[in-house]
Order: sequence, then structure tokens, then C-alpha cells
Amino acid sequence: MTPILRGSALTRSYGPTLALRGVDVELSPGEILAVTGPSGCGKSTLLHCLSGILTPDSGAVHYRDADLTTRSEADRSKLRRTEFGVLFQYGQLVPELTAAENVALPLLLAGTGRRAAREAATSWLDRFGVADCADQRPGTMSGGQQQRCAVARALVTEPAVLFADEPTGSLDTVTGETVLTEIVRTARERGMAVLLVTHDARVAGYADRELVLLDGAADPSGLGIGIGS
Amino acid sequence: MSTPHVLLGLLAGGPRHGYELKRAHDERMPRAKPLAFGQVYATLGRLERDGLVEQAEKDQDGGPERVAYALTSRGRVALDEWLHTVETPAPYVVSALFNKVVVALLAADADRARSYLADQRAAHMARLRELTAAKTAPGASVGDVVAADFAIAHLDADLRWLQATLLRVADLYREVHA
Repeated sequence: MTPILRGSALTRSYGPTLALRGVDVELSPGEILAVTGPSGCGKSTLLHCLSGILTPDSGAVHYRDADLTTRSEADRSKLRRTEFGVLFQYGQLVPELTAAENVALPLLLAGTGRRAAREAATSWLDRFGVADCADQRPGTMSGGQQQRCAVARALVTEPAVLFADEPTGSLDTVTGETVLTEIVRTARERGMAVLLVTHDARVAGYADRELVLLDGAADPSGLGIGIGS
Repeated sequence: MSTPHVLLGLLAGGPRHGYELKRAHDERMPRAKPLAFGQVYATLGRLERDGLVEQAEKDQDGGPERVAYALTSRGRVALDEWLHTVETPAPYVVSALFNKVVVALLAADADRARSYLADQRAAHMARLRELTAAKTAPGASVGDVVAADFAIAHLDADLRWLQATLLRVADLYREVHA
């Protein structure tokens, strides 16, 4: 299958620190790829480069036929609103908006009508078992409820690619499993590709395959052979 | 081993034939090592000898004779005691993984141990993916989920040990060759 997203020879540094040292990665429609490795190995930097939040220092990121690294920030931002879903460990909901308004927001920004956006939001909240929270503000919801709203918000635009950075890191085991199971179901049903950043092997178990990073590069052994001796 | 007590537990609801016990065991203990018929009958024989079960009825139905076994009152007491007894939490380290790392360092070197750790990690991750797919498959029973959860949690513990041990291989090598 033709990859929907491809990163080639990606490098990125923060000041003197080399966070990515030539990483290649491919993601096919409907495929779930876990990116794992110890803290500071470059997992999140890779997610940021592939989703267009950061521009790599060198290398290319192709989404379908377009090279994101040559696109303007405005273009990349539009892509993130329409084609990509982005999800972080802490949902980052807008505190002034209700759960339903938070979930409807990406659709409204993309030009969907108010009523249709509200209906889609309610349906996604229902799918994640938080329909009862639709009219509540994040501050009155539990952490688990907030995160499930954040997942609904990331999926409401039916993105072609979901970027999830430790999406269940703030959840208890059973709630985390519910969220991951729904993400997998959505990926399979709609052909959504998922880049799942995690340090937890049990979360990586939901993926089809795994890319282990060590010091900013792929580590085929998964264990950092040659390091620590 | 808990097989004798599991069989006593399966008889708590009423008498059953050996083949029914085998089927009930495999249904209720998904992902357990399947119980062989021979093991069921051998265990029933010992339980009968010890007075914990007794033969309840025999029917022939034209085929070979089948014996149903029932729990005796002594069997019920033994089952009750077992259920009230806390298992000793892991008194020994029983693991081929652990043994293999130490022996790799004794018989070869740190690189041998590391390459074993990496191969083992890949095998553990593949199994963890299989179990996760099985427990999240539509129609998985609660029994399937609980059994898979048990296996996944233990694989995860091994994986964390593999990762931590990798960092200690060089020190361990020096220690075993001091």
C-alpha cells in the first residue's frame, strides 16, 4: 500500500542538542505505528516534525504527494485542522467552552455549519461515553472525561492521520484501554493512519508495528545495543 | 499446581463427567495450558483416593462407561481452605529469561547477553500485540479479556526487566567474572 505519510532522513536539533539524527518513517492508511523509546529519545520531536508543528532542519515530510517542509505555516496549519488530528497527554481543552463546543471547534474552524458541528460533536462524545458531559466546562469534568473529550475533538474531523502523544498517559488502565480500543476501531473502520507515541509497552501493543528510537535514531534492536557498556 | 483445586471448584456446582470437567476448565480458563484428558482422569483418581471426590453415577448409553464425579464434604472443606489461603508472593525467581542472561555472561560475554535480550524483547512485543488484538476483538468474552490482561501484565513486567537489565549487563559481567 502507498504510504500516506513519509518522513525521510529527518534531522532536528534544539540548540546544541541533536534530537533527531536521520529518521525514516512511513505510515500507510489504516496502519497504527507505535513510536517508543526512553525519555529524550526524540519521539515527540518526530511527531511534531511529521505533523508539521515543527520544521525539520533537514529531510522531507511527504503527506500524500505534498512535501510539508516546503509549505507555509498557514498551509501546514490548515492541514492540521482538516487532514490531521493531534492529541496530547493532557487534552488541552479550551476551559471557557463546554465539552460539546470544544469538540465542535475544529469543524467550525473548517467551515462546517453550527448545527451540523454540534450534532457531530454530540455523536463523538457519545462514542467515547461522555455524552453526559456535553454541556459541562472542562473544569467540572474528571481528568478521564476531559481526555475522552480531547480524543473526540481529535477525531471529529475524521482525519486521515492521527498523531497521538502519550494519549492515555493521564488515564487509569481501564479508561486508557477504552480510549485506545476506540482509536483502533476508528483507524480500522475509516482507514485512518495513527502515529502513537508512547513509552508504555502495553500501549504499543495496540499498534501494528513499532519504531524504537534511541538518541534520535531508529534502534532496530529495540534495546539500545552497544549503549551503556 | 492448582489443577486439583480447580477441578474441585468445577465440581462445586454438581457432579460432572471427566470430559465435562475438561471442557469447563478450558472454557473458564482461556489461555491456560489446555488440560489433557489423561491429566483430568489422573487427578480425579488422586482426589478420589484422598476422599475429596466420589463416583456419583455411571451411565453407559451403549458407548463406553462414563463416570460422573461429585464433591464430598471433605472435598468441599479442602476447596474452602484453598480459597482462603493467600499464595506466597513469588518466593523464588523462576524464569528462563533470568537464567539465560546469567548463563550467557558466564559462558560467553556481555554482547551475547545483549543480543539475547534484544531477541527476547522482539518476541515479547509480538506476543503482546497478539494478546492485545485478541482481547480487543469484537465478541471477546470477559473471561478472554481477564486472561489476556494477566498475560499482558506479565509480559510488560518482563519487558521492563529486560530494559533495566540491559543497562546492568556490563556491571553484571564484571561481577560474575571478578
